[in-house]
Amino acid sequence: MALTKAELAEMLFEKHGINKQDAKTLVEDFFEEIRSVLEAGDQVKLSGFGNFELRTKSQRPGRNPKTGEDIPIKARRVVTFKPGQKFKSRVENAKPED
Amino acid sequence: MTKSELIDRLTLKYQDLPPTVVEASVKDILEQMVQSLAHGKRIEIRGFGSFSLHYRAPRIGRNPKTGEKVELDAKYVPHFKAGKELRERVDNFS
Repeated sequence: MALTKAELAEMLFEKHGINKQDAKTLVEDFFEEIRSVLEAGDQVKLSGFGNFELRTKSQRPGRNPKTGEDIPIKARRVVTFKPGQKFKSRVENAKPED
Repeated sequence: MTKSELIDRLTLKYQDLPPTVVEASVKDILEQMVQSLAHGKRIEIRGFGSFSLHYRAPRIGRNPKTGEKVELDAKYVPHFKAGKELRERVDNFS
């Protein structure tokens, strides 16, 4: 089972006694603040964790793999995550579940 | 935006909670996420994205200063895949 927002909210309730409603919205808002900053075109740097950065990709030729038809892939902006050194060193010897 | 700016924004929004609790909450969320992957457990945040581990095969590296060969063990690295909502909102610009 993966870690989810529900489990993060449960941790805030248990560890800090934040009521369940606030714990749930605090976790939701934590991710919403990051989304809205990225949406506005700024990067997000969380020390000890990593940086969320934006990359602009220019248009490139693509193809419909089923029909073989040429379709250009439009210019777009994408999010990339660069894990910090501390995060990387803590997972390098992990054993993935399933 | 940095971690302390994220804490400031959430502190303003949650004025019924002590700022120290909001600060600790932000740090604890990040810590639980790191711990989860460190235990091999992936992270799935709907509307935001997922974090999983990607395998890196062992290889022979080189010390860039001395040119000396170094054996590097196999390892895992954190990988993030943006979710649908984040992908669409970030791409919505002209």
